[in-house]
Amino acid sequence: MEETKVLKVSHLDVFYKNRKRKLFSGKKKVQALFDVSFDMDEGEVLAIAGESGCGKSTLARAIVGINKDYEGAMWQKYEGPQMVFQDPYNSLNPSKKIGWLLEEPLRVDKKKKWTPEERKKRVEEIMTQIELPMEMLDRYPSQLSGGQRQRVCIGIALMRNPKLLIADEPVSALDVTIASQIMELLSRIHKNLGISIIFISHDLRVVYQISDHVMIMKNGRVVEYGDTKEVYKNPKEEYTKQLLKAAGIKE
Amino acid sequence: MKAFLKKLKKNPYMIAGLIITGLIVLMVIVGLFWMPYEPTKMSAGEKLQGISLKHIMGTDNMGRDVFSRVMYGSRITLLIALGTVTIGVVLGTIIGALTGYFGGILDEVVMRIIDAMFAFPSILLALVIVSVFGTGWAQLLMSLGIAFIPSYARIVRGEVLRCKGMDYVESARLQGVSQFRMIFVHILPNIKGVLASSILIGFNNAVLAEAGLSYLGVGSQPPYASLGKMLSDAQQYMFTVPSYCLCPGIVIVFIVLGFSFLGEGIRRWK
Repeated sequence: MEETKVLKVSHLDVFYKNRKRKLFSGKKKVQALFDVSFDMDEGEVLAIAGESGCGKSTLARAIVGINKDYEGAMWQKYEGPQMVFQDPYNSLNPSKKIGWLLEEPLRVDKKKKWTPEERKKRVEEIMTQIELPMEMLDRYPSQLSGGQRQRVCIGIALMRNPKLLIADEPVSALDVTIASQIMELLSRIHKNLGISIIFISHDLRVVYQISDHVMIMKNGRVVEYGDTKEVYKNPKEEYTKQLLKAAGIKE
Repeated sequence: MKAFLKKLKKNPYMIAGLIITGLIVLMVIVGLFWMPYEPTKMSAGEKLQGISLKHIMGTDNMGRDVFSRVMYGSRITLLIALGTVTIGVVLGTIIGALTGYFGGILDEVVMRIIDAMFAFPSILLALVIVSVFGTGWAQLLMSLGIAFIPSYARIVRGEVLRCKGMDYVESARLQGVSQFRMIFVHILPNIKGVLASSILIGFNNAVLAEAGLSYLGVGSQPPYASLGKMLSDAQQYMFTVPSYCLCPGIVIVFIVLGFSFLGEGIRRWK
């Protein structure tokens, strides 16, 4: 039977090291996620929603492997999941040009040696996909707007054709019209490339537009998980109801 | 080029710095090919003269032309400053970048050593090295260079720590950028502005430290001149021939002023 799941997480506990730097203080860990379990189908959009500090980003960081300090099982069908960060003003290296930044994932690719021509061709493909003009390759991030930067971030994440993309609040730092353009871009990419996307957001309206399944989190635990339409129609948990109400979706 | 000139116009510090430093460098470069007199040539009949057309900065107690000696001395002083800053910046940057990026026990140990070096006056350190390895400008270069490492290590470490927390570093890590490449290709280019202005301040400190050490007699040795050495020779004649100590002193002031303006200019460069 062919595997239809792209990601399986079971009983995941994630920890953070205590950041206090003192010579003789013992290392204390802070637990940020408690017993998180879910599966994700290939090609779906899974939304993770919840208030700030509920552990959404922590989960994302554990999945892509930035934070390796976790217990429990995590299985991924493909290697190299990529991530788009929340703040486009801080996730592009200010001293590099856009073209250089887009090429970097290919330059450090361990699986394939890319020749300069291949790299250039791939960069042009991606620029078309993220709908930016080629002249921007020669600009620095500071010369781009927030929306354009976020497009570049998405482009960098897509360079090596990942099968799983995690978007950590990709539009919350942008204003409304730009945000909806980025959302459209993401759903177009999802349709065209058939990649699976984990979409993290605190905005339940945005979540409804894009996701197939939704997972509501609070204080590091999963509160509710299910089909997005189903959850929005019949929220089972009190917390989900509150969130929907706060978003103006449910009375 | 046009954009450069436009930025330059709005930056009087940069203009002043470029002019002053340019003149000093011009003087040194001209001195490589031509000097009015041989800087070590003595002349018994022309001792301790004031400013005249023949000797535009007068002569010293051995009848040597002060202007020629200033030209030669500026060359030595600038070379020592350049070498000192190079040693300090290269080693300081490497140490600061590695400790800042990796942190942990390495950071703790190296930073305590750096703290200890900070507590030790650099002039004293230089005197110790010179008394172990003998006098001369190579020893001077080495001792000043080592004394300069801590401040650069500190600056670079702080900047690397700041950059390390940025999302672009995590994004690069996700793409599989190696640690070496991360430090030297992704992080270090972002601190060049801070580094550039601290290099110029370092240049100043090196010029002053060289002058100070030569004044104490541990720098370049007679009959060759450095600016500090000339000052120390001139102090006995301060009141009889003021031009002898004023001229090298003023040149030191201008070198330091030029670099200070350049540093400020770079800091305000937009």
